Formats: sequence, C-alpha cells, structure tokens
Amino acid sequence: MKDLKSHLSSRVATHISSLPKSGIRDFFELVNTMTDKDVISLGIGEPDFVTPWSIREGSIYSLERGRTSYTSNLGLLSLRKEICKYVGENFGVGYQPADQCIVTVGVSEALDLAIRAISNPGDEIIYHEPCYVSYGPEIRMAHGVPVPVETHERNNFALDPADLERKVTSKTKAMILNFPCNPTGSTLSMEQMEQIAEIAIKHDLIVLSDHIYSELTYTKMLPSIASLPGMAERTIFLHGFSKAFAMTGFRIGYACGPAVLIDAMMKIHQYAMLCASITAQEAAEEALRSGMAEMARMRREYMERRNVIVGCLNKMGLSCFMPEGAFYAFPRISDTGLSSKEFASRLLFEHKVAVVPGTAFGACGEGYVRCAYAASMEHIEEAMTRMETFVKPLLKKS
Amino acid sequence: MQAEIRNSILRMLGENGRISVKEIAARLASSENEVAAVIAAMEAEGIIIGYKAVYDESMLPENAVKAIIEVKIRPERQGGFDRIARRLSKFQEVSSLYLVSGGFDLLLEIKGENLNAVAQFVASKLSTMDGVISTSTHFLLKKYKESGKLMQDEEDHERLKVTP
Repeated sequence: MKDLKSHLSSRVATHISSLPKSGIRDFFELVNTMTDKDVISLGIGEPDFVTPWSIREGSIYSLERGRTSYTSNLGLLSLRKEICKYVGENFGVGYQPADQCIVTVGVSEALDLAIRAISNPGDEIIYHEPCYVSYGPEIRMAHGVPVPVETHERNNFALDPADLERKVTSKTKAMILNFPCNPTGSTLSMEQMEQIAEIAIKHDLIVLSDHIYSELTYTKMLPSIASLPGMAERTIFLHGFSKAFAMTGFRIGYACGPAVLIDAMMKIHQYAMLCASITAQEAAEEALRSGMAEMARMRREYMERRNVIVGCLNKMGLSCFMPEGAFYAFPRISDTGLSSKEFASRLLFEHKVAVVPGTAFGACGEGYVRCAYAASMEHIEEAMTRMETFVKPLLKKS
Repeated sequence: MQAEIRNSILRMLGENGRISVKEIAARLASSENEVAAVIAAMEAEGIIIGYKAVYDESMLPENAVKAIIEVKIRPERQGGFDRIARRLSKFQEVSSLYLVSGGFDLLLEIKGENLNAVAQFVASKLSTMDGVISTSTHFLLKKYKESGKLMQDEEDHERLKVTP
C-alpha cells in the first residue's frame, strides 16, 4: 500500500509536488479540530451577508425560464455589455463587450487565465507581499517565476514604486497589483499608481490589476491604473462579483483588456472551462442592474465595523493602521513576543478566536495577523474583548 | 460631512434606539462629545422625534386588532385635505395617517382591542365625519414584514471557518 502511494507520488508533476501547501489550509485544519460552538472566526475572507434578494430572485427567474444552456465562451453578451458599462463609469477605462471582456468562474479563474496566457517558462512575474495566497502558486503552475516584493507597515503596506523597480530584470514579464489588498486592507494613492504605471511603461511590463475589493474602498474609489495614459494597452483588468455584491458562491468574475490578450485567455477558458454557469451569469447581470443600493449599504456597515475593530486593536496595544479598503485589519502582534503562528493558535485554543497568521500571506507577514471584519458587530466586539484579555499580560511582560 | 454623520447616526438609532453614544462614536471613529452634540442638535431640531421600543404589539390588549382604512374625502375650498386629516389624526385609535395619491385620499392605520372596537370607530367617528365620502376597511390577518424586519428570519447557513 505504502509502495503504491510513493509510486503515485512520484507520478505527480514536479512543479506541482514542489508547490507548498497554502498556509491558510494548515490553519483551517487546526480550526476545524475545534468543535466548540463558541469559537468566533475572524478568519473568513468572504462577506457575512447573504446575497441581496433581488440578485437571488434574478437567478431563480433565470431557472424558471429554463435558461440552463451553455453560453458563449466569453459569457453572455448582455452581461459583458453591463460589465463594460460599469467598468467605464467607475474605473475610467472603456472596453468593447465584443472582444475585450471575458466572463470567468470567479476572478480566480480570470487571474489564472491571464497568468497562463502571458507566461513562457522562466518569465518572471512580480507581485507584492503579504498578498492573496494564490499569486505565487498560480505563477509556478504556469511555469513562471514568482518574484515577491515586500510591502511594509511604515508605508501602510502600499507598494513602494522604488522597491518594485528594484525587482525588475530582463526576464520580468508582468506585475500583479491588488489594491485594496487582501490581507492588509492597503490602498494605493493616485501618485503611487502613476509612478507604478511609469515603471510598467519604461520596462514594457504587463499589469494584472486585481480589483476584487475595489468597491469596498472607504475613501473615494480611485480609477484603475488601466485608465492612465499608455496603460490600457498593457493592463488586464480583473474583477468579480464575490465581495462587492456578496456573491462568493456564484463564482462569477471577469477580465477586461486588449483584444489580443483576452483572445489568448479565451482559448484556455474555452478548452478548460467552456463557460461560467448561465444561472450565475444572469444573477451577475441583475447585480449590476439593481444591486448598487445594497452594495452601498453593505459598504457602510463594513466601514463601521472597521472603525470599531481598528479602534479596539490600537486600544489594546496592537498597532494597526486604518485600512482604507477591503474587510481586513492587519495588526502588528510582534510586541507580544509571539510569532504569528503561536499568536493565532494560542488565541484560538485559549480564547476561541480565529485569526489568520500573517505568514499565510507571505514570509513578510511574520509579526502580523489578519482579522477579517466580515463578521457581525456583535462577534467583532466579543472577539476584541477576548483578544484584549489574551494580549494584555503578554504586552506587560515584554 | 456633517450631513453624512447625521445620516449615519440616524441609521444606527433607527436600527437600535438603545445604542450608546460610546458605541456610535466607535463605529464612526469619532468622539463621544461630538456624537452627543450631533444627537442633541437633531433632537432640538425635531429630526429625532422620540425613542421607543419595537415590540410585539399584539401583546397589549388595546392593540390586538389592526386595520388599514382607505378613506375618500371631499377637499375643502380653503385648506384642501388638511383640516379633515388633522381632525382624524387626533383620535388615539389612529396610529398612522397619510395623504396618498391614487384611488382614495387618506390611508389610516387603526389599532383596537377587538373587531368591534375598530368597527365602532369607523361607524361612529370616521364615516360620519363631515367631508368623508366613503371608507374601506382592511383587517390585517397575518404579518410577514414590519418596519423592515422579516417576521421569519432566513435560516443561518454555516460558512467555512477560515477562507483565504
């Protein structure tokens, strides 16, 4: 039996077997060993709201009408029209629904398609850390070389253009931007965006701009980097419905970009996925037509929760900058004398609060934990009380 | 900015009239003094009219029966609908009263101890009032949603405990 297992293991492709398991997965297993109902999780990277009813009703109506077929590989044209209109109005960059937009199974698939469509073996792709867990592995799976660039608390975890440029080599093909950022909640200023655009143009880089948290910006939502001069032709705009419209389970994302790149992505998508679910596509169309008020309501609520959680964290002595986007707070816990992992597991086992160690999002996340505030105010407040009980004696000691 | 803070406070108080000034300040990343001042100003200006509990009204005997009444009235040369509407609004049985567009003029919400009490009010007070042309009374049978609250909440669906 063991022989068979090791035999099969040797058959797994080397670039897959060498992939590290996601740190978040380990922590998930740990949390799952706790059967206690009393555990409060601030570890969940998805909205705690149910999808607004008008959107759910839209997908029920779609089923009622018997809309159960495949769609075009690119996605329903009517949805692509709505998407391009929405992106034009809110992100300052115009795309043609016919050939500059593709609907995907979540923005995760769009990201995968974009990376696969542009990577030759050995091509380097730069991305900022701490970051969403998929970027590095996605690049490796496409036989590219992941090149992380660290971001720091002193810059509120924004990407420093100078740090970025130091990582550019003759092999650099592209960079991935994700602002507002998971796990830090960081955003970019217009000025930083312009400097990054300059670097992209100077070194002829493609920019994959992941906008999944854009609507959850608590100051003014900025246009996309694609809207800057010379950028639309080198940017793939990645977005989806999961966060802004609380539609994670529908799995609808999209990419907009130059027709040549979208066409390359479409080739992979048509062979691998064919198309996204029509029921979910019609729900997404409904979201763009009628979901804005609900989205604004959810954003307001997230902002209130952010104020509470960041206020509590700083008050208990954990330094945390006020994030301007997404639904994550990323406090520094190194003053407790614990590592991120120790902090998270002791908080879990001793006080029944789940947060994610910063190291799950890259080595430079050491010394931090991610607290998702996509949880009810009641849970957030109780979790903060428990966390304060936990950190008080630790901070006194050190 | 001031309007934004006011709206935020109104929404929070509308959701929970007993929320503390401290809690509101934390949610708005503001100070307790500022929040207290804004609330006091809105009370003084009559924007915040009062505070009351949302409760199961049928628990009180005087509210056991609820009805919605459509009323057609004859507008008057001076004052239009206002004089009659004001007179009607003074009856304590009337819990809400609106002037509406459409097939009738006034929409009343009435509460009473029993069917008889409501019927009595309609027959003796409402329909006999000078200027009232006709009434149509709808007794409420079952409540599905009130003041933005569903009477039957959706069941909780368990999410994964940790996700990226």
